[in-house]
Amino acid sequence: MQIRVTVNGVEHVSDVEPRTLLVQYVREALGLTGTNVGCDTSSCGACSLHVDGEAVKSCTLLAVQADGAKVTTIEGLAGKDGSLHPMQKAFMENHGLQCGYCTPGMVMAATSLLKEIPNPTEEDVRIGLEGNLCRCTGYHNIVKAVLACAGK
Amino acid sequence: MSVSVAAPPRAGTLGTNASRPDGIAKVQGGFAFSSDMWAENMLWGATLRSPHPFARIVSIDVSAAWKINGVETIVTADDVPGVNAYGLIVQDQPVFARVGDLVRYSGEPIAAVAADHPETCKRALEAIKVEYEVFDPVVDPEECIAGRAPEIHPHGNVFRHQRIVTGDPSVTGDVVVEGDYEIGMQDQAFLGLEAALAIPDSGGDGVELYIATQWLHEDRKQIAACLGLPEDKVRLVLGGVGGAFGAREDISLQVHTCLLALRTGRPVRIAYGREESFYGHVHRHPARIWMRHHATRDGRIVKIESRMVFDGGAYCSTSPAVLINGITHTQGPYKCDNAVVDGFAVRTNNPPCGAMRGFGVVQACYAHESQMDKLAAACGVDPVEIRLLNAMETGDKLITGQVVDSVAPVEECIRATAAIPLPPDLPSDADFRDIPGGSGRTADRSHIRRGIGWGVSIKNLMYSEGFDDYSTARCRISNGVVSIKFATAEVGQGFVMLAQQIARTVLGVDEVLLDTIDTQVGSAGSTSASRQTWMSGGAVNAACVAVRDKVLAHVAQYNDLDAENLVVDGTEIVDIRGTFRKPVAEVIRHLEVDETAEYHHPPTEDLDENGQGNCHVAFAFVAHRAVVDVDPELGLVKVVQVATAQDVGRVLNPLSCVGQVEGGIAQGLGLAVMEEIVVTNGKVRNPSFTDYLLPTFLDAPDVEAVFIEEFEPKSPLGAKGVGEPPCISVTPAIANAIRNATGRELPRVPIRPYDVCL
Repeated sequence: MQIRVTVNGVEHVSDVEPRTLLVQYVREALGLTGTNVGCDTSSCGACSLHVDGEAVKSCTLLAVQADGAKVTTIEGLAGKDGSLHPMQKAFMENHGLQCGYCTPGMVMAATSLLKEIPNPTEEDVRIGLEGNLCRCTGYHNIVKAVLACAGK
Repeated sequence: MSVSVAAPPRAGTLGTNASRPDGIAKVQGGFAFSSDMWAENMLWGATLRSPHPFARIVSIDVSAAWKINGVETIVTADDVPGVNAYGLIVQDQPVFARVGDLVRYSGEPIAAVAADHPETCKRALEAIKVEYEVFDPVVDPEECIAGRAPEIHPHGNVFRHQRIVTGDPSVTGDVVVEGDYEIGMQDQAFLGLEAALAIPDSGGDGVELYIATQWLHEDRKQIAACLGLPEDKVRLVLGGVGGAFGAREDISLQVHTCLLALRTGRPVRIAYGREESFYGHVHRHPARIWMRHHATRDGRIVKIESRMVFDGGAYCSTSPAVLINGITHTQGPYKCDNAVVDGFAVRTNNPPCGAMRGFGVVQACYAHESQMDKLAAACGVDPVEIRLLNAMETGDKLITGQVVDSVAPVEECIRATAAIPLPPDLPSDADFRDIPGGSGRTADRSHIRRGIGWGVSIKNLMYSEGFDDYSTARCRISNGVVSIKFATAEVGQGFVMLAQQIARTVLGVDEVLLDTIDTQVGSAGSTSASRQTWMSGGAVNAACVAVRDKVLAHVAQYNDLDAENLVVDGTEIVDIRGTFRKPVAEVIRHLEVDETAEYHHPPTEDLDENGQGNCHVAFAFVAHRAVVDVDPELGLVKVVQVATAQDVGRVLNPLSCVGQVEGGIAQGLGLAVMEEIVVTNGKVRNPSFTDYLLPTFLDAPDVEAVFIEEFEPKSPLGAKGVGEPPCISVTPAIANAIRNATGRELPRVPIRPYDVCL
C-alpha cells in the first residue's frame, strides 16, 4: 500500500505492506534507528514517537495508519542547527539515562507530556510517563530531568 | 594566619559530575545499539528452539525450509565446525541440540536459518520438522540432590556441592530461630534486546562480530572454539549495549550469528524479540534456603547453620560461582565464629540460570536478613539494635576463615541510614494515587498499615576462587591528543565517563578521546561483580600514570630539571622545588607516548573441603531501610521510601553513584514484590513484559541515599564498586517492612498479593 508521511519535516511516499508497523517503517525503511523496540507488546514505550504532535507507541500502530500524518522521531527533535532540544539537554544534565535504550522514547513521551501539562507536578510526570519503562535509573533522575525542562 | 581553601576539583575530573561522552548520541537517538547495526548485502538470521523442556530429538527435517524462496542457509549441530559446546565455567551447553541427543530446557536451540527477510526466516523455522521423544522434565532440585532423578546430562545433575564448617559445630545458643526461605526466578530484563551483526572476512577464514556483551574476550574464546577458528580470526566489537545486569555474560546468539555469516559469506544479523530474549539468556537462580541462627540471650550470634539449594536449570553457566557467593555470604555483614553450611547448585530441566546483579548474595541476604528480624523478635531487641550488636568490622573473620581487610563501615552504614528522616505518615485524606493499588483505587485508606523494615548486606567485589580477572588499558599521546583504549564493556554504567575522568585527573588534559571498544587490546574482564571501577579503573589509571611519567621525564630532560620534583597540578606541569610551570597541552603537542598497562588484583584461593580459604578479593557494605504501606485485606503494597547508606570507598562521580543506587533499588523492589519468571513443569508461563511485571515510575519509591566515604587503601582509586550492593539488601528490607505491617511470616519473594491477604 502506498502511504504519504511527513517524517521529521521530510515528506516520504512509500510502498509498505499492510502489516508493517510504524516502528518497522521508521527504523527499516527510513533508517531512523533512534526509535527502539524493547518489548513488542506496547509495554515499555521505548518506541514512543510523535504522530501529529502526540506521543504514541509506534509498535501499536501500523505504518498505513500514519498515512497523511506528521511524524516526529527522536532524530527530528533537535534544532535545525543541531542544537539539543531542552528536554534532551535536561536528560543529559540530570543523568536521566544510563544505557540509553529507553531514552528516545522517554524524551518523546516527556515532550508530549509537557505540551499537555506545561507545569507538571512530580506526580503528573510519574503518571504521565508510567507507560515508559527504564531498567537502569530507577526513574528519579528522569523525573528530575522532566521537571527541570519544565522550569522547576 | 593564612587560611588556605582547597580549590574545587577541575570540571570533568574525578569526584565531579562529569557528563557522559555518549550522552549526546543517546539523547539524540544516534547512539548505535547492537540492534541498530546494518551492513550492505546483509541477511537476517533466526533460531529454532525446542518447545519441550526434556526430550530426545528423533529427527530433524529441513528439506521443506530449503525450498522457501529467500532462504540462504540452514544450520544444525552437524554444521558446527568446532566444538558443539560452550559455557563460562564448563562447556556443557550445545550450540545446537543434535539428532539422537537431548534437549534439556524449553527454548533450547536446534537450528538456525539465514534469509533475505525476517519474515522469510519465520516461515523457514515453521517449515523445519523436528520429531521429539518427550520425557517428563526434571524440575525438583531435591530429587537431583537425592539422586532419584534421571541423569539429564553426562556431567551429572549436581553442578557443585560445597560445605563450610568453621569453629565449633556443636555449640548452641540460648536463643534459636530458623526459617525456610524461597527466592523466585528474576529476569534481568534489560531493555535493549539481544542483537548481533556478524561480517565474514573476504577469505571466509575469519569473522568480525558486533555484539552487545559484558566480556568481549571471553565471548571470543568461546566463539572461536565453537567455530574451530584461532582466536585471532575472530574479532569482536562492542555494539551499543542496552543494559546487561548479568544477562549478557553468557553466549546467546554469538555463535549462531557467526556461523550463519561464515556459511553464507554474507553479513548476518540476528535480533531477538522480547519473548525470545526470555529464552535466550540466563536468569537469576531461584533458591530454597533453610537457615538457623543460634544467639546469646541478648542477641549476639553464636552459630549459623544453613542449607542452600540453587536451581541452575539445564546448563552450568556460572552456577558453581553463584553457589560459592551464596554460601560464603551466609553470615551477612555480621560477626560469626561458628557455622555449618551446606550448599548445592543443581541441574534441572528449568531455564538455565547464571549471573544477575548480586550474584548469589541476593538469595543469601534475603534469608539472613529475614533471620535477623526473627532473632530481634526472639531476643526482644529492636531490629536496628540487633544489627548494630553483631555488625562486622575490619579485621573480623568470615566463616571461610578469610579476614575482612577491606574497609568495613557496617555500623556507619546502619547509623547513617537510621539518621535519615522517616517519611510523613499517610495523611487521612491521602490521594488515591498515593495509597497501595494506586489509580486502581481499590485500597481503603482505613485498612492501610504502615511497616518499616531493615536489610544490611556484604558483597564481594571482583571474581573469586583464584581467578585472575585482570584488566588492560592503553593510553596514547599522539599529535597532542590523548586517547584511551580498553575492552571494558560499557553497558550503561558509565565506565566511558570514568575513564575520561581518570585521564583528565592524571594527565592534566581536558580532551580525552576514547578508542573503539573491541578485542584489539587485552582483556578487561567482565562488566560484572562490581569490578570495573576497581579493575578497569585501575588499568586506565596505571596506563595514564605510565604516560604521565614519560611526559614528566621528557620535561625534566629538556629543561634540566629533576623529574622527581615534577607534578601535574591542574592542567600544568609544575616543579615543586623551583619555578618551572608549563601547560600540559603545550608540552604534549609534539610528543608521542604509548603505554599499555594491566591491573591485577591480589590473588585469591580456592575453598578447601570445609569451605575454608581466602576466596574473595574485597567487600562492600550497605544498609537499607524500607517503609511500606500495605492493605492486608487486598494484599496490595506500596513501597513509600527506601533510605540507604552505602560504603563506596570514595565517590568518583556523585550523579553516577546516585544513578546506580536508585536503579539497583528499583530492581531489588522488583524482586521483593513484583518480578518473577513463572515456570511450570519446565515451561516459562510469562515470557513478555505484559506478564512479567517491572517496576514503573509509580512503583519506584522515594530514595534517600547517603554515601559512606572511607578511602579503600586496596583499591587503585580508593573507590569500591557501587553497582551490586543497592539491589541486595533492599529486597529483605521491603519484605521485613511488609512483615512488620502485617505480622505475617512471608517466607518467599516476590511477595504476591495472595501471600499477604490469604
